[in-house]
Amino acid sequence: MSSLNKSSFSRILLSYLPLIILFFSVFNEFDFNYLKLDYFAFNFVHLLIFFWTLRNPDQLGYLAIFFAGLINDVVVGIPIGISSFCYLILCSVTAYIRNITLTPNFMKDWISLLFTILLINSIQVIILDLVFLIKVDYTNYLINSGFTFLFYPIFFVIFNFLNGRISYQKNDQI
Amino acid sequence: MATGRDDFIIAIRSAFLKKKDKQKFSLLTLIFLSIFVIVLSNFNFKAIQFVKLGINEVIYRSSYIASIPENKLKEINSKLKSHISLYENHQKKLIEVENSYQLKLQNEFLTSENERLRELLDESINSQEIFAKVLIDKDSPYLKSVVLNKGTKDKVKIGMAVIDGAYLVGQIIEINYTNSRALLLSDLNSKIPSVLAPNDVQTVVSGTGKNYGIIEHTQYVSKKDINEKERVVYTSGLGGLFKPGIPIGKMNINSNGVVNFFSDFTQLSYVKIVSYKSGGEE
Repeated sequence: MSSLNKSSFSRILLSYLPLIILFFSVFNEFDFNYLKLDYFAFNFVHLLIFFWTLRNPDQLGYLAIFFAGLINDVVVGIPIGISSFCYLILCSVTAYIRNITLTPNFMKDWISLLFTILLINSIQVIILDLVFLIKVDYTNYLINSGFTFLFYPIFFVIFNFLNGRISYQKNDQI
Repeated sequence: MATGRDDFIIAIRSAFLKKKDKQKFSLLTLIFLSIFVIVLSNFNFKAIQFVKLGINEVIYRSSYIASIPENKLKEINSKLKSHISLYENHQKKLIEVENSYQLKLQNEFLTSENERLRELLDESINSQEIFAKVLIDKDSPYLKSVVLNKGTKDKVKIGMAVIDGAYLVGQIIEINYTNSRALLLSDLNSKIPSVLAPNDVQTVVSGTGKNYGIIEHTQYVSKKDINEKERVVYTSGLGGLFKPGIPIGKMNINSNGVVNFFSDFTQLSYVKIVSYKSGGEE
């Protein structure tokens, strides 16, 4: 394991892993819909951006998030710029929470995630429905927000472990 | 109170304007940039269209490559399911084959008769077919669409019908040089002029965002008037985009207008992009 830690390739890979996952997921648009469970869908990208911009913003740049949003719009087929705008609103909320919080607390993060997701999904629905006149299913958005909120603890554990490994390697380098 | 407000303003200002060591742009700059992009994408200038086409070309191809592992998973999942239900399916298919042989003979006779009658009326229909591969098949909760590997290079045009086997699955809504996007019938924004057989009731099949459609804008037909339990929905050909008589789906009399599509949109891999011209048209 220690030899793996010392390998420069694995070190670089680990430090860029959040970014790689972000771009891989927007290109792939993770939805798990092929499982054919009715209404089951959650927004993995929202969880990823929320966690990393809140806990370790150095690993996920705002410019990368902006470009990821543009790619997501093209893949999903909605007008370009909407996802970028929503992702950046998510980043603003996490930046605000980071500024007012001295000691991070999982429960507070989780509850603020719910409000943030509801806010950005509402913005997306308003832009799509009222500005671009594209019909959207409100129920789907609501259920998607619900599942995204419910899945946060699972991904929190995974991302926290990854964040720990990245911090450990950084400290090891110093 | 004033201190609390000051703290809030400082926190907001810091969140929007402060840049971390590795951040090249502040959040506020990028938010304005994304608003600018949204506004710009609303205009149809030629330069913007070219930029859009370029972005689409690159991203669709990259997305196809990135989706390969997920597509393999889908394939394995579908193969497993089909393997498990092999015997049951075989029995059903045997009955279907027997019935379809009789229908085939009847169909061949009716088709030739129909063609002869259309020629007499100078209403023969010529169709042009382009075979396309599905590059991206994302059954997303936001937009039900697929990206195909044929574009303006292959003479694909907006509005052309997309057919899976003999069944209508959607229409082309966006074209790039080497690829195009087709809106599926299940999408909320899809509206197809149709007829309900056998009574020839004109209607519109609308998408619901789920895996079924719904009958809209139709006259009330009493259940007593219909002997069949199920009615087949075909394209009516109104509007001139689609050929009349392309099967769309089945509607159960007691299902309150729900149309179950013949084609499974999650299993599309190759489709036909079809345009039609009736006899008199140039």
